[in-house]
Amino acid sequence: MDANRIIYLRDLIAVLTAKEFKLRYKSTVLGYAWSVLHPLAFSMVYFLLFKIVMRVKMDNYALFLITGLFPWQWFSNSISVATMCFLENRTLIKKVKFPRNFLVLSGVVNDMVHFIATIPVIVLFMLIYGKHPSMSWLYQIPILVAMQFGFTYGLALTLATWNLFFRDIERLTNIITMMWFFLTPILFNIEMVPARYRWIEYFNPMASIIMCWRSLFLEGTIPLGFLAAGVVYAAAAVIMGGYVYEKMEWRFAEIV
Amino acid sequence: MSSRPAIVFEDVKKSYIVSDARLQGFKDIVINFPRYLKSLRARGEYEALKGVSFKVEKGECFGIIGRNGSGKSTILGLIAGVLKAGGGRVEVAHRVSPLLELGAGFHPQLTGADNVILNGVLLGMTRKQVEEKYDDIVEFAELGDFIDRPLLTYSSGMVARLGFSVVVHLEPRILLIDETLSVGDERFQKKCIRKMEEFRDRGITMVFVSHDLEAVRRICDRVALLEKGVIQAEGEPAGVVAEYLKTLQINGDG
Repeated sequence: MDANRIIYLRDLIAVLTAKEFKLRYKSTVLGYAWSVLHPLAFSMVYFLLFKIVMRVKMDNYALFLITGLFPWQWFSNSISVATMCFLENRTLIKKVKFPRNFLVLSGVVNDMVHFIATIPVIVLFMLIYGKHPSMSWLYQIPILVAMQFGFTYGLALTLATWNLFFRDIERLTNIITMMWFFLTPILFNIEMVPARYRWIEYFNPMASIIMCWRSLFLEGTIPLGFLAAGVVYAAAAVIMGGYVYEKMEWRFAEIV
Repeated sequence: MSSRPAIVFEDVKKSYIVSDARLQGFKDIVINFPRYLKSLRARGEYEALKGVSFKVEKGECFGIIGRNGSGKSTILGLIAGVLKAGGGRVEVAHRVSPLLELGAGFHPQLTGADNVILNGVLLGMTRKQVEEKYDDIVEFAELGDFIDRPLLTYSSGMVARLGFSVVVHLEPRILLIDETLSVGDERFQKKCIRKMEEFRDRGITMVFVSHDLEAVRRICDRVALLEKGVIQAEGEPAGVVAEYLKTLQINGDG
């Protein structure tokens, strides 16, 4: 790949992401604040429900919730936008030859930027609960961002491609994402899962990723077991997404 | 090197899979499961192109006319590289700039200015290249202050003007024009045709698909008449257009 091509691809991702960014909160008064308010509102509801009503015995439960909900929000937003993204750009796909996976890529980048922009809110909650960010975040956060990015992009590209051939994928994705949310240790701690079922969480890629984030924010360390699992899942997702896309891409213009 | 044609089609075939449109969605499939299985096996194929051959030399303006469904858009899709031929050989010497109908790929909520950059990059330019041309693009489109307003405030003619303006200013080597001139007022249509003539004079290769036979006769050096996926006639514009008009009269349902 020559230098011009690299400059071009860089511009393409920049322009597409800028477009997503401008459109996300177009004509809203609060703009970026929504990407904080949305998961924050959910955190509040879950806090009321589980801490006040059902009295879960857990310290720092509010902080515990947002450290899981914020990364999850990135994942679920990206997935639900991605499934429709090829269909929504059908006129473009029918006429112009350009790397179509960049449509998915720019969506995931956009959600990633929004997630990173919510980290200060997490820090604020940490300070309230008497915890402090550390210098090692400078390399820990990029590692976790890269890991979640890989997994999200790989899965998003797979679903976006399949959705062109089976429009049921979109509906199915919505339901599965909802179930996935409740089966991932976001509202609860993985230790609460009965010991004989706990191994199942190792088959849940998002469990590993959320456990890494939460441990980073609450304890300042990344558990190596979950990190290794997360990296493996991310790599597998990228390979699967790339394979499915490469295999199907030539038919896109015929079926959108 | 320079004598190599810009576009070569050699016995190009293209079929589309036609699935059974009567069964769609989960409910239908469950209720009519045996029929669904049968329809999966018996997928029909629709032959859009049945062995088409032609060459477009560099700097030539090649017209394609024919009725709806004759395969014109399939040819453009193959040249643009968005479709893959089922058989035969397609060779295109340069990067292709398709002229998007009505500014497809524009986003209605973004401003004209944002859309110019977005569309320019999607069509294969780097951001810097688009920015260098930006003033010319805006001037040619004659949008005035509208360039900073969202596209949804534009009339369809204004969108078409902007779309045309972006593509023609990106210095295409091969330009594909698919039925774009029918929008916009007469004055702008004339301006577009002048621009295309200017392109032809500058030696830019063009493939022009249109129902506007007058424009085809005026701009094209050579014209092919397509009928049901086969080239029926090819040659100088006046003759081929006349033959097309004749077939329209015979069949009477043009």
